[in-house]
Amino acid sequence: MEQPLSLTRNTAGLPTGRLGVWWLIASEVVIFGGLIVSYLMFRVAHQEWADQSAHTNTWAGAFNTLVLLTSSLSAVLAHQAAQAGNGKKAARFLRFTVLGGSVFLVVKAIEWTTEINAGLTISSGMFWSFYYTATGLHGLHVLAGMVVMLFVAADAAKNKNLHRVENAGIYWHFVDLVWIFLFPLLYIAK
Amino acid sequence: MSTTAETAIPVEHVHQEGFVRKYLWSTDHKMIAKQYLMTGLVMAILGGYAAYVFRMQVAYPGTKVPGWGLVTATDYNALVTNHGSIMIFWVAMPLLMAAFGNFLIPLMVGADDMAFPKLNRLSFQIFLVSALVLVASWFVQGGGYGGSWTSYPPLSAKAEYNLTPLAAPLWLIAVALEIVAFLLGGINFVVTAMNNRTKGMGLLDIPIIVWMIVVASVLFMASVGPLVAGAVMLLFDQLLGTGFYDPAKGGDPVLWQHLFWFFGHPEVYIVLLPAMGIVAEVITVFARKKLFAYKTVIYTAAGVGVLSLFVWAHHQFVAGIDPRMANIFSITTMLISIPVAEMLFVYIATLYGGSITFPVPMLWALSFMAEFLLGGVTGIYLGAVGTDVYFHDTFFVLAHFHYTFFPIAIIAVFAGITYWFPKMFGRMMNETFGKVHFWGTVISFNFIFIPLFMLGVRGDHRRIYDYTRFPDQMQPGMQGLREFATIAMLVLLAFQFIFVANFFYSMFKGPKAAKNPWKANTLEWDTASPPPHGNFPEGFPAVYRGPYEYSSPNRSDDYWPQSAPS
Repeated sequence: MEQPLSLTRNTAGLPTGRLGVWWLIASEVVIFGGLIVSYLMFRVAHQEWADQSAHTNTWAGAFNTLVLLTSSLSAVLAHQAAQAGNGKKAARFLRFTVLGGSVFLVVKAIEWTTEINAGLTISSGMFWSFYYTATGLHGLHVLAGMVVMLFVAADAAKNKNLHRVENAGIYWHFVDLVWIFLFPLLYIAK
Repeated sequence: MSTTAETAIPVEHVHQEGFVRKYLWSTDHKMIAKQYLMTGLVMAILGGYAAYVFRMQVAYPGTKVPGWGLVTATDYNALVTNHGSIMIFWVAMPLLMAAFGNFLIPLMVGADDMAFPKLNRLSFQIFLVSALVLVASWFVQGGGYGGSWTSYPPLSAKAEYNLTPLAAPLWLIAVALEIVAFLLGGINFVVTAMNNRTKGMGLLDIPIIVWMIVVASVLFMASVGPLVAGAVMLLFDQLLGTGFYDPAKGGDPVLWQHLFWFFGHPEVYIVLLPAMGIVAEVITVFARKKLFAYKTVIYTAAGVGVLSLFVWAHHQFVAGIDPRMANIFSITTMLISIPVAEMLFVYIATLYGGSITFPVPMLWALSFMAEFLLGGVTGIYLGAVGTDVYFHDTFFVLAHFHYTFFPIAIIAVFAGITYWFPKMFGRMMNETFGKVHFWGTVISFNFIFIPLFMLGVRGDHRRIYDYTRFPDQMQPGMQGLREFATIAMLVLLAFQFIFVANFFYSMFKGPKAAKNPWKANTLEWDTASPPPHGNFPEGFPAVYRGPYEYSSPNRSDDYWPQSAPS
């Protein structure tokens, strides 16, 4: 099927794909925003939730923060490589980012398993409801970002659609940023 | 790529496509617009049918309703819930945003398609699935969802209250899918208007309807997120036993009301703005007048959008919120009537001194202004805390928001359909039948809802299924008003058959439409009716001036197309 000609237009001076990603991120910001603000309103009114949050594993959370930040770094390096026209290198960095995402999810899964085995499930109280909903929703976004990156990396390795490397990276930074909010709110605040 | 001159697609490239490719898998914005239009109209019939059944029950409680049978209390709840949900999410949204947005934006900015055609197709497919999930939810055990379209917990969260354990999560999933469809659609509306404009079209040469859909898309994106989060939480309350909205488990039911209305009230403006845009296009053409204060309309729309994010708690005046908060939201609610009134004044100023003619689209557009005004004015009573405490949950509220939503979702949509029908289907609609349909609809609409205002003032409670069970609440004369409103509704529904007949007859047998039957300026009238694949076979038009140069003194014609070189 032929591509519509107007797709080659760029009247506003910003790449169409990047505009799309920013729109996606803006709509996600309000989704996570709604969830986080709801949590904060409750948390401020219920000091006793600190007893519950004491059960979250701060070290695992800190390790995961480090992993996500590192994976964001390699996403930036992938963008740099793509700008230099080196698709193979960009693909390598993207796959490293995906590896970071996988480590994050594995650690998260171990955390959940430990907590559920200790009897702390999603219906064990409001703190845990928020904990599982927020980290679960965030985990889904990590997974989605990984899938997208694998597709983009497969293209980039053949030096195709290199502009998408940046777009995938922008999304990944957003996922990273959400975690930067969730980590102190759910793990550090005791 | 941008240096290559743009030439249109030669006709021989337009291949014949199979049925599935053409009707279910098309990426052509015109086809997607028609898919949204048809789906929206079919859903409107279902929503109208629901209204017919429950209004018959209110007027003649306990009798068998023709075409339904005996209405049980659970049926009644499911009918009102689905009527509300359908009319907002599956009629107003697809018709005003998606059908007109998809059809008009690429044509009006001189492009051959949306910025993301595949995303556009995906958006319609998700929308279609959401409609099918909703329809399917009526046939599961327990029947359609009965927790009201606002879905307040604990009624919505607990199956023992809403009595529809299976339909409740299905309804939530359907609404969530519909939201996803419109988030995807919104990307296209905004990016296409930003990036796909043809040569010479500056930001202030974009027709108002496109601006309005863009502002509405941004507003939708900005307001719907918390409801998505809230819907996930409600789904978990229903299915996983969490207690986000359950005070017994430490939650708070009012949280849902905040999350819902943070979207729910901007939603009024999300559908109002495209309706206002349609009216702007129609009145300028049929008054042969330049739109008064074009820039002001755009700024006002943006102002309405921002302000609409700060009015939501006027829905919670009786929900136990802090009275000091109630006062603040009372003030913001009063404030938002100023920009909306200003837009109406701008439109009246546009009409002033014009050479007005009254074809069917113009009748609809003018009646929009009159009827919506009544909706806005009656809203003042509900925005003020003192009167709202009395009017809350009476038929006064119901009549008020029908005086806003009926003009938006029905009257403005008819203005749009009758105005762009020649461009969409290449044939003219019948004027006589159009006028009969117009007068029949608008007059009977007022006869439905004016009695409901009167009932509301007398304290008629909007959620009571059978007043004969509350004999102490039955006041003399009230049943008569209920019957009157129901009969007016039957008349209104009967007149819609004229529209359906006119719509389909004209689509196949109407006189062929010329390129520009209304002598309008905007770019969609620059190409054949209906536009072929690729929209502008003779090359993309360039734009030389704004969209509303009617009756210019420097010109013998009383219109001056945007694409005509000076």
